[in-house]
Amino acid sequence: MMDALLDGGLALSLPFLAWLVLHTEALSQAVVLFVAMGLMSALAWARLEAPDIALVEAAVGTGLTGALLMHTLSWTEESQAETRTRSTRWLGDALAATVLTAVLGWAVLALPLHSQGLGPMVKARLEESGVDHPVTAVLLNFRGYDTLLEIAVLLVAALGARAVNPRTERPSLETADDPLTGELFRMTTPSVLLLAGYLVWVGAHGPGGAFQAGAILAGGGVVAILTTRVGTPRMSSWQVRWALLTGPLLFVGVAVAPLFSGGQLLEFPPRLAGTLIFIVELALTVSITLVLLMFFPAVRPPKVEHEGTP
Amino acid sequence: MTVLNGLSALFLIAGAGFCLAGTVGVLRFPDVYCRLHALTKVDNLGLGLVVVGLALEAGSWATALKLFLVWFFVLISSAFTCQLIARAALRRGVGAWGGTREP
Repeated sequence: MMDALLDGGLALSLPFLAWLVLHTEALSQAVVLFVAMGLMSALAWARLEAPDIALVEAAVGTGLTGALLMHTLSWTEESQAETRTRSTRWLGDALAATVLTAVLGWAVLALPLHSQGLGPMVKARLEESGVDHPVTAVLLNFRGYDTLLEIAVLLVAALGARAVNPRTERPSLETADDPLTGELFRMTTPSVLLLAGYLVWVGAHGPGGAFQAGAILAGGGVVAILTTRVGTPRMSSWQVRWALLTGPLLFVGVAVAPLFSGGQLLEFPPRLAGTLIFIVELALTVSITLVLLMFFPAVRPPKVEHEGTP
Repeated sequence: MTVLNGLSALFLIAGAGFCLAGTVGVLRFPDVYCRLHALTKVDNLGLGLVVVGLALEAGSWATALKLFLVWFFVLISSAFTCQLIARAALRRGVGAWGGTREP
């Protein structure tokens, strides 16, 4: 009964919050509502018994994205009122919603009625993977190439973020005389490091791993950028480039190594699998942290002069 | 239903009551500073009571400790954000409520 109430509340509040985010005129309110929606969807993932996704949603989808949006807000002027009339917008929305509902409904109806998914297969071979947690086993052993390609995508995303906002000067600290924000950095850093280390370690037998740990570390990094004189990592520095490449290079190395001893790509020997996965996760944590930090601009970009504006 | 269950339920209900009171405060109080007061103080107490209620039901010391850690970190972050929001409001010249009811 209580569970049904909770799930019902989540199921109703998520679309309502999403609608509010889209229809709020003030950008600052929309950002706050977006963060609230992220927390709700993290709760929804937790209720769906997917704690790994709930952790990532809370850390990346809500925490880091929220910080990015807030930071962007600080140099954005509030938008002008919509020029299009209400009725045409409403019509377009209704049409898009209908089409989306139809497509999603068709996808749900097309699912097989009785299917156990890949769960039993994973469970049957879990012992050979070297870890006890099925999600980690799938991500880094059974379907390791997915994760490998994801890391490559993240690297490209970091390049894109730097291309859009290449300035990496150290921020002029408005709050240099402010003891509070520096204190926040000093107080949170030890627990952030501890939590990230715990998450990498726990990935072998519970929800956690490189992505979650990287997101937590990047969150700590964002606090550092905002409250201390540390700037965004520079792409021009060799250390940063090598740190970015640590995860992918090590992963590719581990993936290719079995080829030389007659194995398949990404085929870990069962005896070494646990150790190899842990090393790869550690290296990936370094890269993911830096990639996520690269998204966060330390300084506001120079004011763009719009044509026609006085 | 044991004594422990009943005690836990009492704490949970009290915590929920405080959270509700805090939310009513955020909606009804006249200015930023009063609202911050309601939000941080009352909600922190409400969360603390909920954590105590849950810890009684947790069944293991490790889980109870983790719950109290959650409360501890929320306390820290809400103390800092309260100060930061209040100062940002002061810098932008948001005045404090004078004491008379707004029309």
